[in-house]
Amino acid sequence: MNYETVIGLEVHLQLSTKTKAFCGCSTAFGQRPNSQTCPVCLGFPGSLPVLNEEAFYYSIKVALALNCKIQDLIKFDRKNYYYPDLPKNFQISQYDMPLSYDGFVDITAKDKTRKRITVKRVHLEEDAGKLMHPAGESYSLVDYNRAGMPLLEIVTDPDLNSPYEAYDYLVRLKSILEYLKVSDCDMEKGSLRCDANISVRKAKEKVLGTKVELKNMNTFKGVRAALEYEAKRQVSCVKDGEKIVQETRLWDVERQVTVPMRSKEEAKDYRYFPEPDLVPFVVDKAIIDKARDSLPELPEARADRFRESYGLSEYDSNVLTGQVDIAEYFEKCAKLYNNPKTAANWVMGDIMAWLNEKNVSIMEMKMTAGSLADLLKMIDNGTLSGKMAKDVLSEAMETGKAPQDIVKDKGLSQISDEAQIEEVVKRVIALEAKTVIDYKAGKKAALAFLVGRVMKDTKGKANPSVVNAILIKNLGQ
Amino acid sequence: MDKLHSYTAHALMKMIDKEALDPSTIRSDVLDRIERLDGKIKAFVLVNRPDTSAPASGKQDTSGRLSGIPVLIKDNICVKDEYTTCSSRILEGFRPPYDATVVKKLRCEGAVLIGKANMDEFAFGSSCETSCYGPTRNPWALDRIPGGSSGGSAAAVAGDCTIMALGSDTGGSIRQPASLCGVVGLKPTYGRVSRYGLIAFASSLDQIGPITKDVEDSALLLGVIAGHDEMDSTSVDMPVPDYTKALVKDVKGLSIGVPKEYFVKGLDKDVEECVRGAIEKLKGLGARIVGISLPHTEYAVSAYYIIGPAEASSNLARFDGVQYAFRDRDSRDLIDMYIKTRSKGFGNEAKRRILLGTYCLSSGYYDAYYLKALKVRTRIKEDFDKAFGSCDVIITPTSPTPAFRIGEKSGDPLGMYLSDVYTIPANLAGLPAISIPCGFSKEGLPIGLQILGRHFGEETIFRTAYTFEQNTDFHRKRPAL
Amino acid sequence: MKFIDKDTVKHVALLSRLRLDDKELDAYSSQLASILSYIDKLNELDTTNVQPTSHAIATLKNVYRKDVPRRSLSPEEALKNAPAREGDLFKVPQVIEGK
Repeated sequence: MNYETVIGLEVHLQLSTKTKAFCGCSTAFGQRPNSQTCPVCLGFPGSLPVLNEEAFYYSIKVALALNCKIQDLIKFDRKNYYYPDLPKNFQISQYDMPLSYDGFVDITAKDKTRKRITVKRVHLEEDAGKLMHPAGESYSLVDYNRAGMPLLEIVTDPDLNSPYEAYDYLVRLKSILEYLKVSDCDMEKGSLRCDANISVRKAKEKVLGTKVELKNMNTFKGVRAALEYEAKRQVSCVKDGEKIVQETRLWDVERQVTVPMRSKEEAKDYRYFPEPDLVPFVVDKAIIDKARDSLPELPEARADRFRESYGLSEYDSNVLTGQVDIAEYFEKCAKLYNNPKTAANWVMGDIMAWLNEKNVSIMEMKMTAGSLADLLKMIDNGTLSGKMAKDVLSEAMETGKAPQDIVKDKGLSQISDEAQIEEVVKRVIALEAKTVIDYKAGKKAALAFLVGRVMKDTKGKANPSVVNAILIKNLGQ
Repeated sequence: MDKLHSYTAHALMKMIDKEALDPSTIRSDVLDRIERLDGKIKAFVLVNRPDTSAPASGKQDTSGRLSGIPVLIKDNICVKDEYTTCSSRILEGFRPPYDATVVKKLRCEGAVLIGKANMDEFAFGSSCETSCYGPTRNPWALDRIPGGSSGGSAAAVAGDCTIMALGSDTGGSIRQPASLCGVVGLKPTYGRVSRYGLIAFASSLDQIGPITKDVEDSALLLGVIAGHDEMDSTSVDMPVPDYTKALVKDVKGLSIGVPKEYFVKGLDKDVEECVRGAIEKLKGLGARIVGISLPHTEYAVSAYYIIGPAEASSNLARFDGVQYAFRDRDSRDLIDMYIKTRSKGFGNEAKRRILLGTYCLSSGYYDAYYLKALKVRTRIKEDFDKAFGSCDVIITPTSPTPAFRIGEKSGDPLGMYLSDVYTIPANLAGLPAISIPCGFSKEGLPIGLQILGRHFGEETIFRTAYTFEQNTDFHRKRPAL
Repeated sequence: MKFIDKDTVKHVALLSRLRLDDKELDAYSSQLASILSYIDKLNELDTTNVQPTSHAIATLKNVYRKDVPRRSLSPEEALKNAPAREGDLFKVPQVIEGK
């Protein structure tokens, strides 16, 4: 009996505007608690919200980038519930007329086919404050710096059918959002959060199973792991004849399991009604056109262009365009150096490996795209061997020094002068008589050994192909 | 100069301009009167006395439009670092860290903030009886209500315990107490005056407005507090005219609509007589009287008592003991704290409205109640749009009866609600409306006349009101205290 | 006609974070019932194709503020009225069960 997994994802994205959604408090991260608050975001009596124009504009950009339809007339609603991190005990959000709806993101399904995931809605709302529970204490503490930050809620239809697809969706969504430069998209900082809804049903069954909400997943891999666990748990329950309880479960990353949230959740009656302190917003063609014109080239389009203009493979294009910073770095380099495939290999290989190891972004790396171009040119013109270039690269990435300077300082220039190399070759041949005999007897490995000896003698600076040629010439006698 | 407390602001300003008056003497005279009389009237919950230890600072700045004029602020309007409680226990000890926009404007014009006025708790009421401090008394008859919810503001003006006052009006809370206390109360067009700093009752209905001794003072004070505010999304960006220029004693060519639905059973005979008399007076002065119909009038109270409490139930959710004011200290945990704080902190009327409002918004009832009320509201608005096609202003009684006795209606919430029947429609439609004195009942209790105008038609209202006022002397009458 | 029963009032009270004792429950139930019975008048009107009015001034639309930072309150000012605090944080009794 085959079971199908049905997943929907809800992503909350904190917008990187300078100020909050409804007041002028700064949105800077990591400041002293309650130092970025005012009567409005604290919900003090008598305070009133006024919508941040930039937050609204960013929302439209995201909606367009996700191929959504935009409402002509947008209104906000109050979502009423009591919690200490919610200053007014209601959240200004959107209910029945969200800013945008019916969009999509294309992902790659497990069988490598293209699959369209419907984005049911993208709407704007305000974030709550931060509630902290000091261990072992009978009280909680609240910091309202985050209260009132602008959040976009991006909800999919239950179109995802595996944790793998969910992961791919998140990676692609993040990629698009980073291109728009409307958010840090950083799960660790909390500027991107993800909740999931998951149910299972027998394959080919039309009716959806009972869905469970999953929370507390703090990385994309965590989302995938949580969904994998939960899918298994639900299938196992169903096989045992147990009913799935409709509930919210938390991902326990230590134990790698989902656990039920211990709360008497009263039936959620949010008593939504239109926010009377905010007026409606008409989204006319002018606003939409302006937002659309300001959209950057998005990842998919950029990947297509990389394939066509640079002749890169689909795989390479996808890797390079996955993160906007990497794509931009690569393009800067490609403007200065005429072999895009080579540049691509270095970026995707040594550079990205180093970034992962050091856990930094390409923006933080000190070597410029221009320096990379210079380095690659030095390999092409024989100044550096491939191996030497890697050492120079390492130092350049660490220090930001120009490759030319590193080469000069370390005296790393490759030796290509034939006379110089021939001198060394002759000396090595004289010293390694046994290996020479092996070579003449047909052992190919002997040649490699001799090349190695020459390289060692020249401290790695000899141009290997020249060495090879001269050795063969001298051995041929 | 004695008896400064009995003057109007415009008269005092003339004397100040002529340098015949030291503004600080106005304040001391008013404070004396408060000292002598507020024990009986109980209009004040806070009196601001100047710091007498500070040396006199020399010649005062008299350049503001209200220099030295004492203005009493209703206790639901935030004054920075001063107790602002909405006459509710749940806001005990609360001192807002900011001024309401209208308070900022008053300060800019040199007004003296003389204190905070008693009110119905959170503006829920028409009698000032739901205040946690006890009721204010009507200066005309101390055993009677002053009206509500701006009862303190109206009583203080009527009793000359302040020169001017600010109130707020959601369903009649400025006009009805003005009517019952024989003074002038104006509810501006929705959006004319900023609500930033007004502790909200019903966001789509609330407006702050002036309560004054005469129409000229009303025009003067409105001119100071009106205007666009970037802190209030619902405030309208329109220039503020000089309302004092609208004070002409002439209604020739003005057409006055009289709605038949407002003169039905339940209207007190004395009230009807005074109001009809006033209409005749205006006719005699050259106005054309037009009979009009506002067919959905009978549904206004029902619509209001859904919309108001619904919005209020949400606006009052923030009072939970977390960030400020009263918190129950006996609680086991958070939910217990919420429940105990709110149950102990709110009075009965507040609880009643919160329950009613929550119910009307709750799952399964939203369409039948809240949405339905919003649709009826459209019909009421359309009635007025149509009526103003054939008249410039509409005249009605302000209150169906003069002031009743304290305690008379407090056991009958619905009966109390029905007394708002004439004032509620203006809030639902967002229209400006004024109440001015137009006579007295046989027992000597004031009776008010309501004049409604088109959106942003305050000037026409002032013209009509001023003409009537200046051709009668009701505005000069004072209670014997 | 019964417009609201005690169980509903109890439920609504919980939604509003209010506790009513038996006497209050009785009193509020009957008061609310009489108010709702009056409000029922609205059903005399056919409002099938009527648009709801949420905002009295229908012409007011698209009110924004610019994305420019303004002075915030200091933590002292924000916490001045706090019934309980720990350093720069508001303090509340614990939330017994997780959200």
